Amino acid sequence: MRSPILETCGLTAHYGDFQALYGIDTVIAPGETVAIIGANGAGKSSYLKAITGLIRAKPDSVRFEGKPIGALGAANILKLGIAMVPEGRRLFSSLTVEENLLIGSYGRDVVGIWSLASIYALFPALKERRAAPSHTLSGGEQQMTAIGRALMSNPRVLLCDEISLGLAPIVIRNIYDAMPRIKQNGTSIILVEQDIAQAMKVADRVYCFQEGRVSLSGRPTELRREQVHLAYFGR
Amino acid sequence: MEPTQYRIETKTRASAVLALASVALVLILAALPAFAGRGLIQDLIFVFYMLALAQCWNLLAGYAGLVSVGQQAFVGLGGYLLFALTIGADIDPIAAVGLSGLIAAVFAVPTALVVFRLRGPYFAIGSWVVAEVYRLVFAQFKQLGGGTGTSLPPSATNEIFGIEWVKAMLEVRSPAARDIITYWIALALAAGTPLLVYLVLRSRYGLALFAIRDSEATAESAGVDSFRTKLGVYVLVAAATGMIGALIYLQKARISPDAAFSVLDWSAYVIFIVIIGGVGTIEGPIIGVIVFYALQHYLADFGTWYLILLGTLAIVIMLFAPKGIWGYVAQRYGVALFPVRRMLARPHE
Amino acid sequence: MLDWLGTIIQGALLGGLYALFAAGLSLIFGVMRLVNLAHGDLIVLAAFAILSPATWFGFDPFLGALFAMPVMFAAGFALQHVLLNRTLGRDLLPPLMVTFGLSIIIQNGLLEAFTADSRRLRLGAIETASIELGGNLAIGVMPLLTLGSAIAVILLLNLLFYRTALGRAFRATSDDLEIAQLMGIDHHRIYSIAMGIAMVVATVAALYLGIRANFDPTIGPARLIYAFEAVIIGGLGSLWGTLAGGIIIGLAQTVGAKINPEWQILAGHIAFLVVVVSRPRGLFPRSVD
Repeated sequence: MRSPILETCGLTAHYGDFQALYGIDTVIAPGETVAIIGANGAGKSSYLKAITGLIRAKPDSVRFEGKPIGALGAANILKLGIAMVPEGRRLFSSLTVEENLLIGSYGRDVVGIWSLASIYALFPALKERRAAPSHTLSGGEQQMTAIGRALMSNPRVLLCDEISLGLAPIVIRNIYDAMPRIKQNGTSIILVEQDIAQAMKVADRVYCFQEGRVSLSGRPTELRREQVHLAYFGR
Repeated sequence: MEPTQYRIETKTRASAVLALASVALVLILAALPAFAGRGLIQDLIFVFYMLALAQCWNLLAGYAGLVSVGQQAFVGLGGYLLFALTIGADIDPIAAVGLSGLIAAVFAVPTALVVFRLRGPYFAIGSWVVAEVYRLVFAQFKQLGGGTGTSLPPSATNEIFGIEWVKAMLEVRSPAARDIITYWIALALAAGTPLLVYLVLRSRYGLALFAIRDSEATAESAGVDSFRTKLGVYVLVAAATGMIGALIYLQKARISPDAAFSVLDWSAYVIFIVIIGGVGTIEGPIIGVIVFYALQHYLADFGTWYLILLGTLAIVIMLFAPKGIWGYVAQRYGVALFPVRRMLARPHE
Repeated sequence: MLDWLGTIIQGALLGGLYALFAAGLSLIFGVMRLVNLAHGDLIVLAAFAILSPATWFGFDPFLGALFAMPVMFAAGFALQHVLLNRTLGRDLLPPLMVTFGLSIIIQNGLLEAFTADSRRLRLGAIETASIELGGNLAIGVMPLLTLGSAIAVILLLNLLFYRTALGRAFRATSDDLEIAQLMGIDHHRIYSIAMGIAMVVATVAALYLGIRANFDPTIGPARLIYAFEAVIIGGLGSLWGTLAGGIIIGLAQTVGAKINPEWQILAGHIAFLVVVVSRPRGLFPRSVD
């Protein structure tokens, strides 16, 4: 494997007295799509929050292109080229669709594949609704906007936190159909998902979390259902 | 295996010792007029009523989460009620103090219905505006002196209950005797308010308050009627504040709308005392009032520089010791003189 | 009848001045939810900042204001950067207490520097000039200019908020601080810029305040309460709402004064309470809070 673009070494995370992660080791190669699966409370979101700087971690426990970034704040992480599509979409409610997209490039304005034009090409439904206030959108449209917003910063690593949550199956499929185009540009993707089937379809590798620890890892094609079931549920 | 029996406890060893010490202190303070000069008595009256106001504001803001900048409404109301009752209805001043508190509680209900429509910072500003309305309305009453105010004639207070006994016992004249009785009322308020706050917090009411403070939505889903709980606290505090206001103006014997409803004297300084001492603790205001008194006593002569110092102190404390002096001490040493946290205790083996 | 029309016009024009007081406050409260108890005193500070060059160099107040604006911007930026950014968080008390301490310091600092003497910004004849409207109706030129400036300021601020990247960043940070950080927005810098802009607006307010009436270091708090009332009536995040709020207060006060001069301020407060009880979130709140 080429040197990883992102890796975590013994990553731990706490919310006050509560420990969510107990030493997570993961490796993401450039251009790879990695899926993180696990039950609720397994620590998947905490993992993403630690990477993006919403939770502080030890500097060395998260490394981007070999450099320690664990203690950096969220704004600085974005500037490095790591963008997140947060759980629950979290669009800016007083901004329109287009403004939400534009704000994506406020913190990191670099030349790249992604711009308003190409995002609208990726998600044509958004172009029609570009002037709509974001709170009037359907769940699927909101999710597309959230992904577009993250892409506008032309990230090297895209983190997706439960993008299928609360969406109808056909909408989920629509959204995942866009994944290949995102992967095409060499963007590394970390996909946290409860929808195991969908995740396994697009991922190059899978990690399974259970109660704050990695319980399984490997290529989707190499993992048996019983293995995944055991790793997911613990019994 | 037999299940272990758990109990809920609030006592700590330090607190039992200090409870005894506090009772002793109150008794000593009550006996003070026999030895102390008039100046000290008057200074202590100031300390006592500021402490009482601070305890009240702390219950409202520190525990119930109602950050009000308008408590001066009830101070002024209490003051004017005292004047009205003693001058107009010829009621004994001591009874008038109590009555003022009761009537203030009645006024508090419609007031609460107005201000409770607002939340957070809106509530703070709204309470200030309501206090201003009280001030402007009272300035319209010509019978009570209108905008310039009025004085309490000696005739209203010369017959105060117990004054003859004090004059004989302590061999003083009427004005001093009046001060001494006022002192005892103030001491009762200063000792009574922390006790009141402590009792409220130890009660089921208090448990409801803690729950609301932590998370209102969760508390409501557990069956706490948040509106009625907060209303109850607001009215209780208004009653106490009304009594304190009555006492303050009994001592000052002169009232005017600008003074009685002053946001600086009855809100800003009170909030300052609570914050310096430690908001959300019963011990905090006690420390705070001592610090404030010391500052006032030694530095007030410096005029604007004294005020600049106060302002700077407020900023510094808020930035570096937001829990106040007592909060800092309590956190470092784990002490609680008025323990209100419920602790799970195992039965002794 | 015409008399009442005159009163209403006066009230609306007074509302312009209150809207100017409130606009800076609305900006800060909207972007960072900061309750700035020192806002009135900062306006007074700005007034002295206009007065000084005006007296030293013999400028007229408008030119003095032009000089004062960058100074006040820098002061606001520094204030936020050094002090106020540390007080922001979930708790209501720290910003309240710190800005209150600031209010005391500014008032007394100004008293030390400038004494309690009443001051005025002098413009000459235009101060009392008026436009005849026919009948017995006349509008003062300065009040008209004040309302016009209030509208212009709010127009410019709205342009900033809705047509610029910075404005988008303001709105995003106000909507969801955590996600704004995720988007790479340095919220501390954003807040400092917002405070700087609010101080520039305060300078405009100070200009018209000082021309209209005498001022001294202690008049801050009274102006503050009217500003707050206008902001709250208008609703969180709406600058036009703040203008409406200012006009409502101005109207209420002028109409109240017409009925009985002693009721002027009381009428304003009552109008505030009436609006706020029937619409606790204000007249034009943003859809989310």
